[in-house]
Amino acid sequence: MLSYTLKRLAFAVPTLLVVITISFFLMRAAPGGPFDGERQLPPEIEANLKAAYHLDEPLPMQYLRYMGNLAQGDFGPSFKYKDFSVTELIMQGFPVSLEIGGLAIGLALLIGLPLGVIAALKRNSTIDYLVMSLALGGIAVPNFVIAPIMALVFGVLLGWLPAGGWNGGALPNLVLPVIALSIQQIAYIARMMRASMIETMGSHFIRTARAKGLSEVQVVLRHALRPSLLPVVSYLGPAIAAIVTGSVVIEQIFGIPGIGRYFVQGALNRDYTLVMGTVVFYGALIVLMNLLVDLLYSALDPQIRYND
Amino acid sequence: MSALLELAHLSVTFDLPTGPVTAVKDVSLEVKAGETVALVGESGSGKSVTSTAIMRLLPELARIEGEIRFDGKTLTNLKDRDIRALRGNDIGMVFQEPMTSLNPMHRIERQIREVLEKHTDLRGNKARARVLELLKQVGIPEPERRIKSYPHELSGGQRQRVVIAMAIACEPKLLIADEPTTALDVTVQAQILELLGELQARYGLAILFITHDLNLVRHVADRVCVMQHGDLVEQGPTRDVFANPSHDYTRMLLAAEPDGVKAPVADDAPVVLDARDVHVRFTTKRHLFRPDETFEAVRGIDLRVRRGQTVGIVGESGSGKSTLGRALLRLLPSTGQIVFDEMALQPLDQKALRPLRKRLQVVFQDPFGSLSPRMTVGEIISEGLKVHFPELSRREREARVIEALGEVKLDPAMRARYPHEFSGGQRQRIAIARALVLKPEFLLLDEPTSALDRSVQVTVVNLLRELQKKHGLTYVFISHDLSVVRAMSDTVLVMKDGAVVEHGPSEAIFTAPRVDYTRKLIEASFIDRVA
Amino acid sequence: MTSTTTPYRGEHDDTPLPAGGPNPPAGPDKNTGESLGREAWRRLKQNKAAMASLVILTLMALICFIGPHLLPWALDEVDWSNFQTAPSLENGHYFGTDANGRDILVRTLFGGQVSLSVALVATFVSLVIGVLYGAVAGYVGGRTDNLMMRFVDIMYSLPFMFLVILLMVVFGRNIFLIYAAIGAVEWLDMARIVRGQTLALKRREFIEAAHALGVGGPTIVRRHLIPNTLGPVIIYVTLTVPKVILLESFLSFLGLGVQEPLTSWGVLISEGKDMMESAPWMLIVPSVFLAVTLFCLNFLGDGLRDALDPKTR
Repeated sequence: MLSYTLKRLAFAVPTLLVVITISFFLMRAAPGGPFDGERQLPPEIEANLKAAYHLDEPLPMQYLRYMGNLAQGDFGPSFKYKDFSVTELIMQGFPVSLEIGGLAIGLALLIGLPLGVIAALKRNSTIDYLVMSLALGGIAVPNFVIAPIMALVFGVLLGWLPAGGWNGGALPNLVLPVIALSIQQIAYIARMMRASMIETMGSHFIRTARAKGLSEVQVVLRHALRPSLLPVVSYLGPAIAAIVTGSVVIEQIFGIPGIGRYFVQGALNRDYTLVMGTVVFYGALIVLMNLLVDLLYSALDPQIRYND
Repeated sequence: MSALLELAHLSVTFDLPTGPVTAVKDVSLEVKAGETVALVGESGSGKSVTSTAIMRLLPELARIEGEIRFDGKTLTNLKDRDIRALRGNDIGMVFQEPMTSLNPMHRIERQIREVLEKHTDLRGNKARARVLELLKQVGIPEPERRIKSYPHELSGGQRQRVVIAMAIACEPKLLIADEPTTALDVTVQAQILELLGELQARYGLAILFITHDLNLVRHVADRVCVMQHGDLVEQGPTRDVFANPSHDYTRMLLAAEPDGVKAPVADDAPVVLDARDVHVRFTTKRHLFRPDETFEAVRGIDLRVRRGQTVGIVGESGSGKSTLGRALLRLLPSTGQIVFDEMALQPLDQKALRPLRKRLQVVFQDPFGSLSPRMTVGEIISEGLKVHFPELSRREREARVIEALGEVKLDPAMRARYPHEFSGGQRQRIAIARALVLKPEFLLLDEPTSALDRSVQVTVVNLLRELQKKHGLTYVFISHDLSVVRAMSDTVLVMKDGAVVEHGPSEAIFTAPRVDYTRKLIEASFIDRVA
Repeated sequence: MTSTTTPYRGEHDDTPLPAGGPNPPAGPDKNTGESLGREAWRRLKQNKAAMASLVILTLMALICFIGPHLLPWALDEVDWSNFQTAPSLENGHYFGTDANGRDILVRTLFGGQVSLSVALVATFVSLVIGVLYGAVAGYVGGRTDNLMMRFVDIMYSLPFMFLVILLMVVFGRNIFLIYAAIGAVEWLDMARIVRGQTLALKRREFIEAAHALGVGGPTIVRRHLIPNTLGPVIIYVTLTVPKVILLESFLSFLGLGVQEPLTSWGVLISEGKDMMESAPWMLIVPSVFLAVTLFCLNFLGDGLRDALDPKTR
């Protein structure tokens, strides 16, 4: 187990390096500098600014400096939000994004898994068709369509819930964004769970379990559930990545002060360090999550060979 | 004495979307306490459906008519809960697929305990003690250690023993064994059968033994029921049925044993293939930081085949016999010498080898995997012609394809069809035609009959013999099936763990084996009919 | 049925294999000379949802590309007498206008052109890269395969969406860049699928038989490998198209995708979202177009999988 963990870690580090390197050189290859903007700066001021941000050094130097700073958790200053460092901005936004994203993943599993199991056990019944049609709908309608419509209906027309804003994370403000963020994942997880459950229920060891005289409930709970969960667990990595990505839009639509908003603002404003900082941060987050998912998978499946 | 299990006019119909299909038609049979009844039939005969129907384990779209009575109860009317009380308790079941019949996520102990906890009062240490006892009874070595194993840590034979332990845990009155040894090597098969016999004696078990293998029946069953296409065509005491089969189908099955021996070839016939000290090594890349692992599948084998001869290679799975075959044709890299018709093959590269390919052909085991699924039969057979006889016109190629199909006794009009439209035996004929169309001198036959039903096997074996005689072909015949090898071969090589343990003239090997392993193999495969 | 379906000799050689186990035995196959592709097509035709989706998609493509020519409005033509009017039959704006007096239907159809063409081109890019990469890795095998797939693994765990956005930020918003970027993201799955198929096929005996016949390597790839990977590739392509449409609209929605004067469904939805209280049709019309298209593509993909998946055989 330890060696497996180490191996996955050894894989995560180069991945992160690739992310950092790609984003660093992409940003530096950008036409136009960070100080092109509202008005032309006098050359000496621009030179001073560049020196202050070490933009006058040769590229490899800048790269090494950036890596060194990153290692200390310093993402550098924001070019646009002049009073904040990128680290400060991320740390401000992260708890908010984490809350929304974590709740969304939780909700997706809480609803998606049972739906998938029920659909599989009642295969080809009305319930099955209903669940699968809803799931297909959830996959076909993207969250940036659902979110504004939900805001329109429940926020504006019915007035049940706030159509936007954060309000310090009050519960009513959480409901719509979390649901909007999780719908697509609920759909994916339900479909996947159904397919894998159907496959498991058709396998030989389920027949053996029935031949032992177990009741259907015991067969499902003791024998079918855990093997069926494995594909869903390995999907959790991509699911988390999708939720993180989706949160960018959802934060935008509902006006939530998470990292996603800084990211989009930074991208539109060409705030290099901010965009890079968020990309690296998101990258690290996703790599870390993938690592955790891998470990969870190996804990669930006795057949996995750690030295493989 | 009244019957323990009685099937009265049992029919099973599957209501498929395409319409109802009746898999079992009006079957009546009985099993008395303590006896072994064999239910025999080829694939599609309905024997497995019958056995699954007894436990009411069929899928929901199956409709059961008639009655199943067990120990005074009518199973067909029982409530779900009551039938569950019988499963695993009064009726145990062993399945064909030892590799997948155990839950891969649970330890052995938990899986056996589950039955005990369901049907008995044994709990805690007492349950564990019983599990250990059962493992010991079914012959699992070191039960204290194995009890903690997961299924993937056990071999196929051991897994089947665990399944048997589960089935007998509650000392059932009836054991339904559905092809329990088919997926296992013959020596393991013999051990499992012996185990079943022991358990039967100890517990007074009645066994319903489902199999396609008549040889087994003769050795294990008191009575036999023969099924064909869902009908029970004949039943009676084993001895009577074998001595005096009353139904044509039974007679055909009994006659489906390949017999006769091969007419010998003159000792001075020219040597076609001469291999010396052939080794095949596989390396598996394990890890970035660890050295590659080398596995030697074939360890220094010598083999000499004269024109018109058949050399049989027998061995259990993993013995390296198929690997050796592929190496002989240079389909796998190997070391050592391989000389074909006085030409050394090893120094040739694939391109230089190409002209020789038409003289050295091969037929594989899997009738499903060996034909390219998206080509028509005509395209499949003519592919080699395009490579080796590019000068042929389309019409001439077609004529050759028709001729080859005729040789394997298939209707040449079938050449516009696709492989998935054919049965296993027909596909194997197509594969033979693909090799034959090139007019080869040497054919490597890699388990060409192993995936086929017995009655189909015989027709393929007879076809191969006929072709050999007609064209003076030389064969290397690889098989785990000793009776087929015996009927086909001049000389036989017995392989184990990549090496030859014994070789010699076929009859000598089968009548007077010198090596223990060979003797065990022969005993285990129940070849007891003198040719 | 013609006489060709009966075996040449009346031997006992015609049992359909394998019918063991409690699975219901398959019905006899009565088709003569039907290729797997034709068989799959026949199965697909029986799937009503998939066929309806195929029809709707064809219609969708037709009206997106032909429709604008039949309507009296141009893409950015301003109707000075109708600013932000609701859908109406009388003024000729069947789906209303936006705040600048532009016809929503025309804009949605043009947006559809962009979304659909991005989807097709990007899918094609991913198809070409993925199939080549996967087939080479699978066929060559060994260390090359190991190295190539490690690279894919690393690429896989990258937060790709963010790198694409980064790309947009750096090089400006450019529709060709979107094609390339999305295509470059999506090829990873394709490469994995094709490699897996190739590896599995390589071990099949018909490939060995072709080697034994003396058929050359490139011919084996062309004649035996690629045709047999087609099924999964087709399934995956139908699932990639909706993913790409989604990606493009996502980028456009964030203001990082296509730019004026071009438009796309994502851009229109983003515009509509800002006006949803006063002019909900601006949000609803492009959303419905997008959702219907995605819905149908998913249905079609599911139907194709059922029709082509060898497991159903």
